[in-house]
Amino acid sequence: MTAIGSTLTGPSRLTPGPHSRSRRVRNLLATVLIGLAFLVAMVPLLFLVIYVVQQGSKAFSWAFLTTNPPFSDRLPGGGMEPAVVGTIVITGAAALMAIPLGVLGGIYLNEYGGKNPLARTVRFLAEVMTGVPSIVMGLFIYTLVVINTGERTGFAGALALASLMLPIVIRVTDQMLLLVPRELREGSYALGSRRARTIRTVVLPKAAPGIVSGALLAVARAAGETAPVLFTIGIVSEPNWNVFKGQNTTLSQQIFLNATSPFAPAQDRAWASALTLILIVFVVTILARLVTAFFSRRQGA
Amino acid sequence: MVLVILGLIAYTTTKNAWPWFKAEGFGVLEDNWNPAKGQFGAGAMIYGTFLVGLIALVISVPVSIGIALFVTEVAPRRARKPIIYAVDLLAAIPSVVYGLWAFAALRQPLADVYSSISSATSGIPLVKELTSDPSPTGLSFMTAGIIVAIMITPIITSLTREVFATTPEPLKEAAYGLGSTRWEMIRGSVFPHSRGGVVSAVMIGLGRAIGETIAVALLIGSSQAISAHLFGPGDTLASIIANQFGESTGEYRAALIGMGVILLVLTVAVGMLARGVVTRYDKRMGAAG
Repeated sequence: MTAIGSTLTGPSRLTPGPHSRSRRVRNLLATVLIGLAFLVAMVPLLFLVIYVVQQGSKAFSWAFLTTNPPFSDRLPGGGMEPAVVGTIVITGAAALMAIPLGVLGGIYLNEYGGKNPLARTVRFLAEVMTGVPSIVMGLFIYTLVVINTGERTGFAGALALASLMLPIVIRVTDQMLLLVPRELREGSYALGSRRARTIRTVVLPKAAPGIVSGALLAVARAAGETAPVLFTIGIVSEPNWNVFKGQNTTLSQQIFLNATSPFAPAQDRAWASALTLILIVFVVTILARLVTAFFSRRQGA
Repeated sequence: MVLVILGLIAYTTTKNAWPWFKAEGFGVLEDNWNPAKGQFGAGAMIYGTFLVGLIALVISVPVSIGIALFVTEVAPRRARKPIIYAVDLLAAIPSVVYGLWAFAALRQPLADVYSSISSATSGIPLVKELTSDPSPTGLSFMTAGIIVAIMITPIITSLTREVFATTPEPLKEAAYGLGSTRWEMIRGSVFPHSRGGVVSAVMIGLGRAIGETIAVALLIGSSQAISAHLFGPGDTLASIIANQFGESTGEYRAALIGMGVILLVLTVAVGMLARGVVTRYDKRMGAAG
């Protein structure tokens, strides 16, 4: 298609439209630049992952996940159990709130709202809301919940994360439902099903893999967020499994607080927390991919 | 539900920031931030927010467009999916981890680069303004901008990739048929078709960049003054909230919440603009087709 193959022998009669030297050079240059762009983006990814694994493995161990941090930043050893627990319960609570609501919202938008003005407005606002910075969500929950109840809890953090996840889940559900072929719905109607039954037995199962993987990606993103929990959950040095009562802490918050610490043991704990967090996020992300792959293969067969 | 939440966000944050807006009036936009003296002008932070966003876009947009072209036009079909996954992994890494990594591993090398660029360009009139006074710690607008660039690359890439992929095959074949090289085909067929989508992808990237908080808070060096020195420290709306919220009270805290309101307004405005661009181009494309 291009004349690159003929560069050594000069313009050849066999290749259509022999390109002048300058055009060939320019084409080659552009191709190289385009390939280079990809490499440029991959370099930080590789460096970052290697660096985190290297630094993180210093303090990372099973004990790191199951013990409390020492009472002073200067002391070595200790772990991040409170932060691991906090990350799990807060993200879990956020997912429990945001995913059902978001899926219902998405179902409303695509199945009932369609293109009516209300649905169009909500769709537009959900899009706007996806762009709202996470720190603004944190401030919002601070002003709404923390000021009014007078205390910081894991639940407040979970609310902030849920408001971050909600628009993502709504949009994913809406888009996945849109992909369900109309013929399937019509087939169900033809068999006498009403709309609610059609949605439950035909549309949702078809769209489920996409929705599940979208929701998991939203969970992965929320687990790594720092800004929304910064002012809403307080901090603790012992694990707190109760979301509703008492302050809490997360891995992301611990990384932020320990990152600029002048003491080496605290920095080591920050790195090990970063490693833990990345592991959690990657596991959830890969799970999302597996769900998609598994279901698409089954439906293909 | 979404309606209610968005409304509540705007209402409760504005209410809590009201003392600040009332006390300062248009003074909120002034470049004087000195909590100790009770001066709370956010001018420097608004400036810093846009400067970091601009640096991030200048770095990220060419790279993102390059990756998108690589995936849609250059790479072999089989390699496409793994490439997309790899780029998406960049988006999966939490902001705070980027911050930690850059703080520990990039800061010092960058500080050396800054100081050598700075001394190399000290004789050139205008460039000098941008490069003088490099921060010895490496904490600066530039460092924050570079990291934000890495963080917004996946989103811009995936949006532009989708737009490039919609270029009609006949348009491309026609360009090849006229004897174009691949690059000429891209310039003649893919780019004109995708202009609107790319502009809106860039705007969405900008929206993400100005809201980016934690990594910037760790890397920008906290200095609240308008300065042209790219290699010197600064502050953005989001980063100052994260760094100073804990120690604030009264009007100080109201001012920080107020900056959250400004940030909200900015990101919503950028988001709407991005959507506006798409609708406008859609209409024009529809009319042309």
